[in-house]
Amino acid sequence: MRKLLIWLPLGLFILFLGIFAGGLIKPEGKVIRSQLVGKPMPNFALSPAVPGKPGLSSTELSNGQPHLVNVFASWCIPCIAEAPQLRQLAEAGVPIYGVAIRDRPEDLVRFLARNGDPYRAIGSDANSSVQIALGSSGVPETFIVDGKGIIRRQHIGDIRPEDVPGIMSALATAR
Amino acid sequence: MMRKMILLASIAFASPLLADSMMPAARYANEQLADPAQEAKAKALMQTLRCLVCQGQSIADSDAEMAGDMRSLVRTRIAAGEKPEDIRRWLIERYGDWVSYQPPLDGLTWPLWAMPILFLALGIWIVSGRLKRRGRS
Repeated sequence: MRKLLIWLPLGLFILFLGIFAGGLIKPEGKVIRSQLVGKPMPNFALSPAVPGKPGLSSTELSNGQPHLVNVFASWCIPCIAEAPQLRQLAEAGVPIYGVAIRDRPEDLVRFLARNGDPYRAIGSDANSSVQIALGSSGVPETFIVDGKGIIRRQHIGDIRPEDVPGIMSALATAR
Repeated sequence: MMRKMILLASIAFASPLLADSMMPAARYANEQLADPAQEAKAKALMQTLRCLVCQGQSIADSDAEMAGDMRSLVRTRIAAGEKPEDIRRWLIERYGDWVSYQPPLDGLTWPLWAMPILFLALGIWIVSGRLKRRGRS
């Protein structure tokens, strides 16, 4: 017993060494998910981000219809990659509302002209306050919100073509 | 000619990736509050809040735009009279315990507090056993 016990510190040392080495070789790329999934949309009111399109407030969003709230920016490159998928969803009749993070109207106008404009309204979130209130940690992110204004799902990163059916079915069940 | 080519190439490769906005930092991202007591409170809180994009840094240390926006949010709320712990709770409601560098005491984290006491007790037990044995011999 005593003989075995003497090896315990060395064993523990090797165990910790293994844990640390594992962390160094393969660091965990941690995605921070919003804790608001399953909870109501936070209250906010954003001014219009582009001329000729309404801004966005949370009261307008609880109108009984499931919808997407897309957190994006004209300076965000993956947002260009997801634009065709957003267009496809908008063409299928999905209401999409945009929250533009730290953006300028002229940049947004150019971005929408080039990549298409699937948004019913875009609110300008110049200091990321709505992004933080949503528990979002980057662009692009898309929240699936049901008709009662409850956030049902958070999609982190750009929406790929293979994500579209899942989003459509999540919207269909979110009434 | 060669030199020009190298210069051109270095300029081409040095252009930063467009991952940040062109907007200026939020008002209180890099500006202290006028009231030193409030600023001290805000600073203490910011040092224990974790930056979401540059994981492993506090928002006080980070240069990321989002960290700047979070600093501005913290300072604005402190200036409005909100308590630091309420701001922390508000952020934890959104990002989970991950966002805070102050781990809560709960079912999962209690060993963090219990282990030092346990190890101390173990140490005292071992040492007292040895001392007793030595006294006898």
